[in-house]
Amino acid sequence: MMNWRGATAILKNELARFFRTAFGSILSPVLTTSLYIVVFGAAIGGQMDPSQFGGASYGAFIVPGLIMLTLLSESTSNASFGIYMPKFTGAIYELLSAPVGVAETIFGFVGAAALKSLIISAIILITARVFVDYEIAHPVLAVGYVVMVAASFALFGFIIGLWADGFEKLQIVPLLILMPLTFLGGTFYSVQMLAEPWRTVAQFNPIFYLINGLRWTFTGSSDVPIGVAFGFTLAFLVLCVAVIAWIFRTGWRLRE
Amino acid sequence: MGGPILDIRGLEKTYKGGTKALAGVDLTINKGEIFALLGPNGAGKTTLIGAICGLVNPTAGSIHAFGQNTAKSWREARRKIGLVPQELSFDMFDKVIRQVRYSRGMFGCPPDEARIEEVLRSLSLWDKRDAAIRELSGGMKRRVMIAKALAHDPELLFLDEPTAGVDVELRRDMWRQIDALRAAGVTIILTTHYIEEAEEMADRVGVINKGRILLVDDKDAIMAKLGRTEAHFTLATPLAEIPAAFAHYPLTLEEGGMRLVYRGGDGTGKGKREVAELAQTLAGAGVAYTGLETRESTLEDIFVDLVEQGAQEQAA
Ligand SMILES: Nc1ncnc2c1ncn2[C@@H]1O[C@H](COP(=O)(O)OP(=O)(O)OP(=O)(O)O)[C@@H](O)[C@H]1O
Ligand SMILES: [Mg+2]
Repeated sequence: MMNWRGATAILKNELARFFRTAFGSILSPVLTTSLYIVVFGAAIGGQMDPSQFGGASYGAFIVPGLIMLTLLSESTSNASFGIYMPKFTGAIYELLSAPVGVAETIFGFVGAAALKSLIISAIILITARVFVDYEIAHPVLAVGYVVMVAASFALFGFIIGLWADGFEKLQIVPLLILMPLTFLGGTFYSVQMLAEPWRTVAQFNPIFYLINGLRWTFTGSSDVPIGVAFGFTLAFLVLCVAVIAWIFRTGWRLRE
Repeated sequence: MGGPILDIRGLEKTYKGGTKALAGVDLTINKGEIFALLGPNGAGKTTLIGAICGLVNPTAGSIHAFGQNTAKSWREARRKIGLVPQELSFDMFDKVIRQVRYSRGMFGCPPDEARIEEVLRSLSLWDKRDAAIRELSGGMKRRVMIAKALAHDPELLFLDEPTAGVDVELRRDMWRQIDALRAAGVTIILTTHYIEEAEEMADRVGVINKGRILLVDDKDAIMAKLGRTEAHFTLATPLAEIPAAFAHYPLTLEEGGMRLVYRGGDGTGKGKREVAELAQTLAGAGVAYTGLETRESTLEDIFVDLVEQGAQEQAA
């Protein structure tokens, strides 16, 4: 029997921690992303030829990529920080001694982290409308996709938080892997613009598929088939769940 | 006092580094009692509690709580168990009352503000309910830990060194609170380095060293066995033998008759009483002394005694 009260208690506690520091944790990603949109989308983008971006304005072209950047980094870092902190302070004892298992823990920590990044992404999306005109061709799919991505990367962040035994390790993955891959994954350009071999190389970047999946829900066109993007995200989600289930069964980095 | 609430059989724990923290622990705790686990640093007290509460994966052995194997029915067991760990550990930036509510929720209990208030009041934390935990004193922080552990009304409560680093007044306060919990029917297992704490609180006492339970007995029996007083009278002139009038005391002569040593007592205060009698009557009997040093046996002495006994029994 799942302990729903326990699961929601964790979720609420994590969200409360988020809103306690809401000013910084919301404002800073919103500000950074808005600057990208203003500088690249509105200012420089006006000079670009829309035919290269499936007919949309350059501003509208980069919005999904920037949303993806926010989703990936916020989901990952929120979740990794969320589970690392109690490990660091020792407060994890309570979680380990409570009648909560893997399901409640994931619901609470991962759910809260995903929710936080979705809230921030929504704010960015609304803010972006001030600077650029964009349409969302498939709104229902867009929401579904974004939720799936947020959940997957919150799971991923949760694993990083369990693995990390120092604050540096928390930073390594988001900063040294996710960030560069997102920038190289076509946030600011279409792979059609690249010459070989870079066009082929770009296809090995997993985040390339994520960005293009989301872009498809916005513009109705992208560099990859939408089925591939969705399938890819789903596979990543399943993999993360499997890893976490294994962690809880063995107690790795949780129990002595 | 009821039947067993906790039954531990052959519990072993070897940490990754190879430290054997528990080397086959058998222990039964009865419903409604206060059990004190006494042991020196590194004896395995925290490890034992951790194994019962789900913080440590045992290497071997079994634990039954409330009649059920905790490895299988862990959810049911944990709902009824509370833990106050040795270290202060929580989100220091959070408010007291929020943390207590959080604990209650995590253990699957429905919100109950009246109960939360009751718990906070009983620990004199109600006035501090809206304070951030980091703003509290050490003693208050420790009480927040207790409040969190009590928030789901556990039937079995573990207190890992509840009075470590707490001043005398607060320690007495805490003893009173533990007593109130016992009165409410909670079974309590506490660890301590202080023999007087076990003496004050416990119904039964277990002594653990190097991962083994050396002895479990009723407190009174243990105190009688172990609560010893040692007194050294430095004599003004050496004695050849102990005067007959004092033959019924457990006395020996040492240092070539220059020192009269009393070793006795049974944990009921008899030792101190007899030393006081001796101090008054020795001079009257013509035995003058220039110095008197007394010492209550410490936990360390007890361990040395027990370990030596154990070694002798093994040799025999
Ligand atoms: N996480 C750990 N990894 C490796 N060894 C450990 C770990 N925790 C405890 N130990 C070792 O296990 C032994 C028992 O430790 P434990 O903390 O259970 O003792 P204790 O009786 O609670 O001591 P204290 O009175 O100092 O709190 C010690 O030798 C300790 O060094
Ligand atoms: Mg300890």
